[in-house]
Formats: sequence, C-alpha cells, structure tokens
Amino acid sequence: MNLLQFLSGRLVKGILVLFAIAVLNFFLIRAAPGDPAQVLAGEAGAADAQLLEQLRERFGLNEPITTQLWIYIKGYMSFDLGFSYRQQQPVLTLVLDRLPATLLLTGAAFVISLALGVMMGALAARRAGRWSDSLITGLSLVFYATPLFWIALMSQIVFALKFGLVPNVGYETIGANYTGLARALDIGHHLILPAMTLGLFFTALYARMMRASMLEVAGADFVKTARAKGVSQARVWRRHVARNAILPVVTLAGLQAGQLVGGAVLTETVFAWPGIGRLMFDALVQRDYSVLLGVFFMSSAMVVGFNIITDLVYRIADPRIEAAS
Amino acid sequence: MTISSAIRGRLAAATALGLLGLAASGLPALSQTPKAGGTVHVVVQPEPPMLMQGLNQNGPTNMVAGNIYESLLRYDEKLTPVPSLAKSWEISSDSKVYTFKLQEGVKWHDGKPFSADDVVFSLDKFLREVHPRWRPIANGQVEKIEKIDDLTVKITLKQPFGPLILSQEVAGAPMIPKHIYDGTDYRANPANNTPIGTGPFKLKEWKKGSYIHLVKNEDYWQKGKPNLAEIYWQIIPDAAARAVAYETGKVDVLTGGSVDVYDVARLSKLPNTCVTTKGWEMFAPHAWVTPNIAKGGPLANKQFRQGMMFAIDREFGKDVVWGGLGKLPTGPISSKTKFYSADVPKYAYDVAKAKELIKASGYKGEPLKILALPYGEVWSRWAEAIKQNLTDAGVNVSIETTDVPGWTQKASNGDFDLTFNYLYQLGDPATGVARNYISTNIVKGNPFGNQGAYVNPEVDKLFADAAIAPTDAARQELYTKVQKLLADEVPVLWQLEMDFPTIYRCNVKNLVSTAIGVNDGFKDAWKE
Repeated sequence: MNLLQFLSGRLVKGILVLFAIAVLNFFLIRAAPGDPAQVLAGEAGAADAQLLEQLRERFGLNEPITTQLWIYIKGYMSFDLGFSYRQQQPVLTLVLDRLPATLLLTGAAFVISLALGVMMGALAARRAGRWSDSLITGLSLVFYATPLFWIALMSQIVFALKFGLVPNVGYETIGANYTGLARALDIGHHLILPAMTLGLFFTALYARMMRASMLEVAGADFVKTARAKGVSQARVWRRHVARNAILPVVTLAGLQAGQLVGGAVLTETVFAWPGIGRLMFDALVQRDYSVLLGVFFMSSAMVVGFNIITDLVYRIADPRIEAAS
Repeated sequence: MTISSAIRGRLAAATALGLLGLAASGLPALSQTPKAGGTVHVVVQPEPPMLMQGLNQNGPTNMVAGNIYESLLRYDEKLTPVPSLAKSWEISSDSKVYTFKLQEGVKWHDGKPFSADDVVFSLDKFLREVHPRWRPIANGQVEKIEKIDDLTVKITLKQPFGPLILSQEVAGAPMIPKHIYDGTDYRANPANNTPIGTGPFKLKEWKKGSYIHLVKNEDYWQKGKPNLAEIYWQIIPDAAARAVAYETGKVDVLTGGSVDVYDVARLSKLPNTCVTTKGWEMFAPHAWVTPNIAKGGPLANKQFRQGMMFAIDREFGKDVVWGGLGKLPTGPISSKTKFYSADVPKYAYDVAKAKELIKASGYKGEPLKILALPYGEVWSRWAEAIKQNLTDAGVNVSIETTDVPGWTQKASNGDFDLTFNYLYQLGDPATGVARNYISTNIVKGNPFGNQGAYVNPEVDKLFADAAIAPTDAARQELYTKVQKLLADEVPVLWQLEMDFPTIYRCNVKNLVSTAIGVNDGFKDAWKE
C-alpha cells in the first residue's frame, strides 16, 4: 500500500468516526439533566415561566430534537460550530480565543514530559538496579500516583507563597500591559507552575514506559547478536535498543498530542489558566450545549488527526510496519 | 402631594449634607479625604455570563455590572433610599403616586444624554418584558409610568405598594439606554457584549477566562466620582487558589463567598487586611431545607416537620460547618429584613422532643433523601451533618448528589424529598419572602418559588394584605402574624441567616458603603 492510499483510507475512516462522535455527543449532552435556559434562569435567583420560555426560544430548545440535530449537523458541514447564546459569541470565536493559552500549556507540558520522560526512562534502564534507577523509578511512581490537583495546590503554596518565585495563577500579570519580549517573558513566568505540574504526570508515564520497554528490548536476540558482533555499548543502546523501545512511547505521545487541544481541565482550573479545558468545564456545568459540542468536536478531530500522524511516524520509526501493510 | 415623613427626614439630612459639601450621595461622610486614582484587583467567581444587567441578574453579573449600570436609587446599610439617578422623589399622601426628579447632566457611556424617556423605556417596556423581578411589580402593581418632563418621571400604582421604594436597586431595576435597545430584539442586540450604562465605570476589556477591566467614566455626572482609575475583576476558579492569590498580593479584594469558610479566619489575620460582613443588608441571604410537602407522607405532617426542626443542631451547622459565620434564623424573615419579628415559636436543638414529635406524627421509617445543594464542600458537609442529626432522631434518611443543572431541574420540578436552598430577601418580605410560601407561586420550572408546594390560604391572604397595606405599622402587624403562623407550620426548616464576609486590603477605603456592598460600592471606594 503506498502512502497516498494509506492516507486516503485513514482520512475516510477518520471522517466517519468524527460524524459518529458528533451525533453521539449531541444525544449524550441532552441526556444529562437540566438545560442551558434552566441553568441561566436558575443562576439569577429569580425565574418565572415567561423568562424560561424566552430563554428556551433564544437557545432554540423549543424546536423538535430532530430539527436541532439537523441544524447542528448542517452547521458543522459548513464549518460553523454554532453560537453560544449564554456568552453571546460564536463558538469558533470562543474556542479560538482560548486556543493559544491551551496550546502553550499543553504543548509545553508535552515537550517537557516527552523529553524528560524519555531521558529518565533511558537512564533508568541503562542503570537498572542501581541507586539512580531506584531514584527515577521511585519519583516516577510518586508523580504518577499523586493527584494532580494536590500537586498543583502544594506547588502554589511552596513556590508562589513561601518562596515567591513564580505567580500562582493566571496567564500574565493583569494590568501590567507588557508588550513584546517583556510580555513573552511574563507569560513564560506564569507558565512555569502549570506546565511543570501537568508535565510531571506525563513525565512519570513516559519514564516508566521507556524504562520497561528498553529493558524488554535489551534482552532481545537481535541485541545479543549486536553485542556478539562487537558493537559498542553506547551504539547498542542508542541504535538498537532505544529506537525499538520508543514505539510504545510514540503511541502514548500520539494520544497525548491528540488531547492538546482539549486542554487540561484540572490544571487550567487550579491555575486560572484561560484555556479550552476551563471553557469546556464551564460549558458542562452551564449546559452550554453549543460550546460543549464545539470543543468536543475539535478535540475529537485532533485525536483522529494525531492518530493518523502516529501511524505515519510508526512507518518511519519501524519500516517493517510499512512492509507488512 | 406630600412627602412621607421618612423620606422627608432623609431629604432634609441629604440636603444638609449637600450644603456642607460632604456627601452628595447621602451615604456616610468620610473621615479621610479620598485620593483620586489607583487600581484595585477584585475576585469575581464564577465568570459572569454577560454584563448586560437588564438581561441577566446572576450574582457575578451584578457584582461587576452594578458599577457600570445605575438605577434611580441606592440604599444605605439601614435600607434607607438615597439618591442615585433620581436626585429626589415624592410619594403622594395616598401612597399611590411616586414622582422621581432625575439628576441633571447624566450621560450614557456612549455620550448620549440620559433622560426621563430612558426611565420610562426601562421600567415600562424593557424590564417589564424581560426582568423576572420587576415584571410582577410592573404587571401587578403599576397602573402607569409616564414622563412629566425630560427630568421627571411619575409612577402611578393601582394600590399602595410599600416595597416599590426598595425595588429600585441596580440589579432589580437597572436603567437601560432607549436609543440602543428600543425596537430591537433585546437578547440578540450586539450591544449586550459592550454594555452601555450611566455608571461610574465603563467596560474597557473583557478577556474571557481571565479578567474584566473597568475604567473610570470621565464624564460621570457626579463630579469627583469615582475615585479609582480602574478595576480588574479577576476570574480565578479555584477557591484555594483565590486565597493564595490574595496572600501573594495578586488581588486586593476577596468578595463575599469567594474563599472557603475555613480560610476566612486565617486570611483575616493577615497584615493590612480588613473584613466586613456589611454590604449584604438588601440581600440578607436566608438558607433552609425544603420538605416536599406535595409528596405527602411524613413531610406533609406538621408534627413531623416540627420534629425535624428540633432534631437539627443548627448551632453546630453555624459554628462548625460555616465556621461561625451567620446567625440562626427564627422564621421566614431575616433579622436584617424589614418587618422581622422574633415573637415566634422557637426550635432549640432537642433530640428527645424531636423523637417524640416524629413518633406522634405516625412516621414509620419511610426512607427520605436529602438532595444536597452542589455549591461546594461546605454545602456537602452541611448535608452530612443534617443527615446525622435526622438519623439520630430516628429518620431514615440518605443523601442524593447531583451537579448544579441536575439540582436546578430536580428542585424546579419537585423531584426531591428534602433539599437545601438559599435566597435573597431583597429588603422587603413582599418581594423576597412571600414568593417561597404563597400558593400562587407553586410553579414547575422555578427553583426559587414555593418549591415544597406549601398551601395555606391564611398565609396567602396575610402576605397579600401586607404587601399593599398603607402604612408600615399596618404591614408590621400582618407580617408579625404570618411569621408566627409559619414558624408553627414549618413549611421549610430555616437553618441560617448567612454571612458572606468581604476580605480586602485596609488601604482600599470606603469599599462597602451601601446595602449591596461591592455591587455598587466602587463608586465611593478609593485607595490610599
């Protein structure tokens, strides 16, 4: 199968999957109790039947469910993600407004965790059984097992409150009106805690996976053969072990990359990071259907897209996959 | 046409202060000279859905937008009306005609002049159509609203309605620009994203998910106000992170309810930190547990409900669950609200008496569920404490949890046995209390009406008569009767007159000077 056939096949499947997800999301959200009009009226602490009726009409909730579904699907087919009557803005505007903050956070966490995790995992595998292996394995276990929100709060108390090294919340210093490089540095300063917190979990995951995978490959026959042929230790680990051991890590990285756009609900909430994760969480508790569906759709599209990219990377990392297909 | 004695007294005081040049607003004079300029960072949570206060009256909306929009009146902490967009007003001797004289030289934020046309449009058209609190007053009590001249508006009532003078708070009756909204689809008007009010601050920027930036209205009608140059309302979703943000100096004001109750005492001890529970007099949030009487069974039995009142250790709820904040209520009307009476049957914690009453009610162990209010950890702990109390008194009770939309739907549709609720009293029982006990307000879809479906024609009549009684003395007599009656009937289990302390840096001066606190307080606030 050549690359073009491979790609077109994957794309067709991807579009079908996205359509199914979009329809499923539509019904799942409506299965939850309450609707956006009821929530909005309820939050006001005063509601009457007339207000509810006005809001339902505005939200289009008085239409039959099939009409609502048709309007939704038709909109998506023309790349219109709908309108949030609660926030009085098109969903695409809301999502695009939050996208840079989310990509910065999840992207930074992705890079930190992938680089650190792979290095730590490789180091632990090469030094299996020694104190450095125990230290890395122990730390990975702690970071993997500790709830993210707890790490987030503790890091705020230690690094922001006790030592005053970094700000505890926000995307930038509100009211400072920095521009250019000063603004970039300010955002970077605010990014440190949330990116490290979010990155720790994935670092632990990559480190554990890389270590286990490398140790497994290190015992394989082709590695023994390479050693028997007199290939240097460094070259064996780098060219033979690491390259083969990286495949499961690539799979995991692909899954994580697919979630980049979905944001990180917990981290964004605790650090008041204005990303898509918070937009989605707020939309969920407010039953803001159009925003939820929009974010779900974007996330699904990213997961499907990155799955295709992961498959492509597989073919590059391991040519046997291409040969087999 | 005469001015009522209370109003006359207030006007005399305001005139005297005005002559001395001390407090044109009628609010307390300051002991220090306010400084102009400065920026204040304030927490608002959750993020408001919109800032167009005529269309949305959520708590966070009111907190921010109450400094953008204005109404005819403001209220001091004793709920005495003081001038805002109305510089004076007269009430006829038969209490049916209210004449408001408007301030001169008021401009909307877009530079257009504010006039009586805007007042008539707001009260008679816009709010009558969309505002759930003003609508029943406009439709039920008002005969006509008319412009006398550009600076005079007359409201004629069908009958005397005392609460009218307390209904002109900025969230209850904000002034809406006629030139922007008249003839449009209000809810689709693009101006909803760029609110235009007459208030002391203008919206400069709303960075969704991060902050709302208000700047001083340089053309504000009251010379010298506001003092502050700008306000940043910061959106920080996590309560613990809000506390740390205050401790690290990121924010200057933690508005009521923005940190967990167990953090209040700790934060209060920080240097340069002031705390006040004032600024909630208009709202007087009152919390209770509603039994669903419509379901019948034990909940429809008065003795059973009285037994539950004796069974609940309300002092524990206040002191432990709520960290000592608030006060135990005696009945339906808060001690902060007009016409409160303590002359009612009382329910001190008494498990033996509770067991006795529950047994006498014929209760046979039918299982009951408490639908917890999903507003955070404190409410969950409260549900657990009350469940324990009721269990100790022999009630077979469990807790049901859900999220906010789930609660709203269940509470709106009577799909519960017992549930928590808390509501603002709005200064007058006619607008903020009667709604929870009168049979005409048993409405599906409304979680803030008579949720438990309590029906008592005598209560209906007392509330109806009290709302339109011509004098305060006559109203007091009727409200005293209805409080006594309801405290005996226990249609809901009153738990707490809630306090939501505002925590702020002491160098932010005069922050809370009205009955709605920070909701309209930044007009008078200044920074040292």
